[in-house]
Amino acid sequence: MEDNTHLIEVENLYMYFPVTAGVFQRRVGDVKAVDGVSFYIKKGETLGLVGESGCGKTTTGRCILQLYDGIKGDVHFEGVNLSKLKKGQMRKMRRNMQLIFQDPYASLDPRMTAGDIIGEPIKVHNLASGKEYREQVEELFRMVELEPYMTGRYPHEFSGGQRQRIGIARALAVRPKFIVCDEPVSALDVSIQAQIIILLEKLREEMGLTYLFIAHDLSVVRNISDRVAVMYLGKIVEITYSDELYANPLHPYTVALLSAVPIPDPKVDRTRKRIILKGDVPSPINPPKGCRFNPRCQLAIDICREKEPELKLVGEEHWVSCHLVKSYISPNPVPTNQ
Amino acid sequence: MTTTVVKDEKVLEVKDLRTYFYTQEGELKAVDGLTYYVNKGESVGVVGESACGKSVSALSILRLIPYPPGIIVGGEIIFQGQDLLKATEAEMRHIRGNRIAMVFQEPTTSLNPVLTVKRQITEALELHRNMNKKESAQETIRLLRLVGIPDAEKRTNDYPFQFSGGMQQRIMIAMALSCNPALLICDEPTTSLDVTVQAQLLEIIDDLRSQFGTSVITITHNLGIVARYVDRVNVMYAGKMIETAPTEELYSNPCHPYTIGLLASVPRLDISKKKSLRVIKGLPPNLAHLPSGCAFHPRCDWAMPKCSKEYPPLEKVGENHYRACWAELSKLKKQ
Repeated sequence: MEDNTHLIEVENLYMYFPVTAGVFQRRVGDVKAVDGVSFYIKKGETLGLVGESGCGKTTTGRCILQLYDGIKGDVHFEGVNLSKLKKGQMRKMRRNMQLIFQDPYASLDPRMTAGDIIGEPIKVHNLASGKEYREQVEELFRMVELEPYMTGRYPHEFSGGQRQRIGIARALAVRPKFIVCDEPVSALDVSIQAQIIILLEKLREEMGLTYLFIAHDLSVVRNISDRVAVMYLGKIVEITYSDELYANPLHPYTVALLSAVPIPDPKVDRTRKRIILKGDVPSPINPPKGCRFNPRCQLAIDICREKEPELKLVGEEHWVSCHLVKSYISPNPVPTNQ
Repeated sequence: MTTTVVKDEKVLEVKDLRTYFYTQEGELKAVDGLTYYVNKGESVGVVGESACGKSVSALSILRLIPYPPGIIVGGEIIFQGQDLLKATEAEMRHIRGNRIAMVFQEPTTSLNPVLTVKRQITEALELHRNMNKKESAQETIRLLRLVGIPDAEKRTNDYPFQFSGGMQQRIMIAMALSCNPALLICDEPTTSLDVTVQAQLLEIIDDLRSQFGTSVITITHNLGIVARYVDRVNVMYAGKMIETAPTEELYSNPCHPYTIGLLASVPRLDISKKKSLRVIKGLPPNLAHLPSGCAFHPRCDWAMPKCSKEYPPLEKVGENHYRACWAELSKLKKQ
């Protein structure tokens, strides 16, 4: 599996959160948030991770950064197995990998100035002090297109989009190689979303960053990702190049998900075929037997209820986990209009 | 899609509505001279970014603006021939939830967590439709089935937390429909929900509209939702309506720089990565310090000296298509 072009390699990742009950906090079950996930991220690419809420996409991102106890499976970063590192070693490794959060209102300490928020990681990792520190903070402000004179302001004095820029600058402060962007634009206004997406793209090119871009908005993911992985109930059901996924989705869940996304053009949107999925995502405590998608799948056959499908290669870098994938023909929910 | 629209039968007419908030920062003109109408059975979309006044305009229709700090300082809201701004509080109580119903953005915070679903739905039925306990219980089950809640009989005695977000929003819709309203206002009905659930709910609302001839106002920032389910779109910016047009016309022929920018800045599923997004520069304005003249001029690529001095009036640019902009149409279309 060792490959120099891969920055991150994830193998058989499991993360279960215990469900306890009673006075003695007896373990009565597990929330199988991530249930056997393997993938890789190449250097300099953006991997999009999509799925409905509760499918385990955020947990996957945090597992890569080793932010939980009790993670099973291996995460390799530049060939180093993170799961084997001691706490102190891991803390040093974290310099290379950072996280951008969804909610810019909740993720910034309201009692710290913007300058302190952005500078804190520099101090923690002893990267600079004195004049050099101040210069670096100002440089970070400029990088995310904020004015350096704003360093003394507090988070409440900034708008949502500006706060997200502060969050991005803080992540960049330690010159990381890899950033997990956890729904970085979903709390923002439409016109601001585009600004942040373009900023993230620009920074990736300038600093040679690699992103794991977690989002539930498939249009945003299409716009920023090189490859996209679709998650459902703790498993990856399909992973391939972004253009391939949108032109030729193979897993019935991907097809339904894509067809549910409205396209902002009535002429295109009103002529599309739509697949409306029934019901909600089942509970990850007791996932359905066989293929996890089978209770909502319109194409399910007997084998789907019995045997869990494995992720198999069906095209160039196109993996799908579906029993029907060979005989299944996509109704092409996304019109080609480029 | 528009078969049930009855032209020229206006259910709602809003004329020069002005809702201001008086805060420490000064006077905030959240809605400033808004005029529009909704025909019977029509679905109207109100699009804009946060703080553009879209929710406040909806709350004003139901007179739910908290006072202080908010107050409706002027205008008329004519609903089925009656000016709601002149109605007494008792009359308003008969209208709210009965003839005009509203679905709010966050089902989790809009439902009462300590009452069963049945209790919350039967309240409106007993109040507005004079049903007795037995009738209202049966009606509740019928409504829950209508919005697609499985095992409706068993679930009426459950509490909101026992339902998922999508199911909770269905309950909100059931509640809103319980009195066959003439007008349904949906304030960001699907914003906090997953796309697959979004699609389910929007289909339900649209089905009910064609079934019962209810007029619907959908407030959203999602231009995709508007494209599919809405007959006519009002675009709002800083408390004013800056463009209104039939949906297809608006998307194929936007005539206000803000609408043009908004459409270009939305990532689209059917367009690949290589086609990059375009950005509206700057930030939405602070309502306490609105730019003079047209509030969009600091962000506008076509701004002229006139734009910062005078607010442009709504001008007709096509059939049912109006915009408020000084820039010449031919110049806008060049880009």
